[in-house]
Amino acid sequence: MASQQPAGASVRDTPRKHRTGVSAAAPAAQAPAKPGSSGRSFTVVSWTLLVLFAVLWLIPSLWAVKTSLTPNGSSALGASAILRNWNLTLGSYTTLLASGDIWRWYMASAITSVVTVALVVLFGSMAAYALSRLRFPGRRLVFGALILGIMIPPQVLIVPVFQELNAVHLLNTFWAVILPQVPSVIAVFVFKQFFDGLPRDFEESARLDGAGFWRTYRSIVLPLSRPVVAAMAIVTFVGVWNNLILPLFVLSNPKLMTIPVGLATVQGSFGQRLSDIQASSILGALPLVILFLIFQRRIVEGFAGSGLKG
Amino acid sequence: MSTATLSPAHPTTPAPTRASREERRRGETRPAWLFLAPFVIFYLLFLVWPVIYMFIASLFNTSLVRTGFGTFTGLRNYAEMLTLPLFWQSLGHTLVFTLITTIPLVILAFVFAVLANRVLRAQWLFRLAFFVPFILPSAAIALIWSFIYSPTTGLWNSFEAAIGIAKPSPVLATPSLALLGVAITTIWWTIGFNFVLYLAALQDIPRELYEAASVDGASQWQQIRSITIPLLNRTTTLVVLLQIIASLKIFDQVYLMTAGGPGNSSQVVLTLVADTAFTNYRMGAGSTASVLLLIVILIVTGIRELIERLQQRREG
Repeated sequence: MASQQPAGASVRDTPRKHRTGVSAAAPAAQAPAKPGSSGRSFTVVSWTLLVLFAVLWLIPSLWAVKTSLTPNGSSALGASAILRNWNLTLGSYTTLLASGDIWRWYMASAITSVVTVALVVLFGSMAAYALSRLRFPGRRLVFGALILGIMIPPQVLIVPVFQELNAVHLLNTFWAVILPQVPSVIAVFVFKQFFDGLPRDFEESARLDGAGFWRTYRSIVLPLSRPVVAAMAIVTFVGVWNNLILPLFVLSNPKLMTIPVGLATVQGSFGQRLSDIQASSILGALPLVILFLIFQRRIVEGFAGSGLKG
Repeated sequence: MSTATLSPAHPTTPAPTRASREERRRGETRPAWLFLAPFVIFYLLFLVWPVIYMFIASLFNTSLVRTGFGTFTGLRNYAEMLTLPLFWQSLGHTLVFTLITTIPLVILAFVFAVLANRVLRAQWLFRLAFFVPFILPSAAIALIWSFIYSPTTGLWNSFEAAIGIAKPSPVLATPSLALLGVAITTIWWTIGFNFVLYLAALQDIPRELYEAASVDGASQWQQIRSITIPLLNRTTTLVVLLQIIASLKIFDQVYLMTAGGPGNSSQVVLTLVADTAFTNYRMGAGSTASVLLLIVILIVTGIRELIERLQQRREG
């Protein structure tokens, strides 16, 4: 690539000659590294297209928000009535929050998500520590066996997992939602990748000072791994919070419903209360939107990382 | 690696460093397994055992209303599934759904990412628009889109009426449109993941490459074609594979939006599994359908592995 630099310099005039039309007025000489006029019009086209798509992508959510703020009576009349009625009201939200169901769903989702995240992070990072730092016979075999696990989507295992939980009488307990989601192979891989890249000096001097493996892991490796722990915790949280298929079949007690299972019953039970239906959808999505607004970068990086390594 | 053959009762071993390394290694085996144990136990209980159980149950007429596996029926469940028209329909719908979601989800995500990477401004807006839907619960998405698709007065049918379509069909209640409606919802819902994967890969491409190319007079389009696309080859392979698998295991959207209907026009493999196992209490037959879906998914993964190897060989 370095050889292109002088060659490019010698023909720098050529692209300038091609500049015509409106953008020829651009003072190209001031910014030699910036893309030329074709670049500028390209940027304008990109920008327009992108904003267009972004607006298109926002319409469904905005439509749900608008409907949720419109009285049930207007929403039942259809799209044009929703567009015309701008007497906004929080009525649907107060109805839902007063009824109490949504609070129970929030609680169930919060309990199952938080406990699962804690177990995934703890057990996943422990396993990754062993695979990254400790030498023992069978290490490659364990690693290979875990890799195989990545290829099996948990949704496909819903029938045997249900049978298993049934056999040990855990159906209709939160454990039925928590336990099957603990073996997250992706988490082990992401942790291992991160540990492999950590410098080992601190650990070695700690070991020389007589610290055991557990202390090294707890007080040196984990504190250094805060960013990856945070990213994995958020990614896992989103996955567990949104899981539908598992709680749908292992929890039949309405008192234990998580947000997704609760929302799945809304369409049938609310009937023509369309604004209330949309409001419940917004309320179900809200915790994750808030999470996104707080941890924007972490979430995006976390998902990109979990995908690239998977 | 022949650690076991060397006995520790050799004080005169000329290589003390090796001996101490061995000792250290022996000292690491126990803690290693202790660190691994919690995860491995869960892995065995909720991944390995279910897979084995599923294969066994697929050979029995296991039922939800009885305990135990039931009676051994050999390959009868497989024979039943493989001759059941509904199974083939469901598999067909799953494959069609995979095709009509994967292509736009890969191409659009690529285009959005390339454009967003060029524009550089208002990144938060694009993240908000394209990425946020992906982290929302499928149940919330299904409520929003079922409402958009609601017959006659819904947003979509009203839009169709406004642009002059005389009698717009209700999307989710029309057999030929239901799966398409679910696919559009899915594209809207999940594009953020691929978008983010592409964006991360794009940020790894050094800017100098583009600068050098533009100095050489390459147009933007030429730059995309000869720098961006080839350098994103491996990302594209990954995105395509992850997308195909995500689409093959579709369950949520169909279960929530159409329940497989109208008729069986949008029935997919996992909704058929759920119907067979949990509605008809036939766990054995449900396991069989799951096994068949797992085989399809493993074949796709195998093909991807092959492509990956070929790519590596060509590059190296």
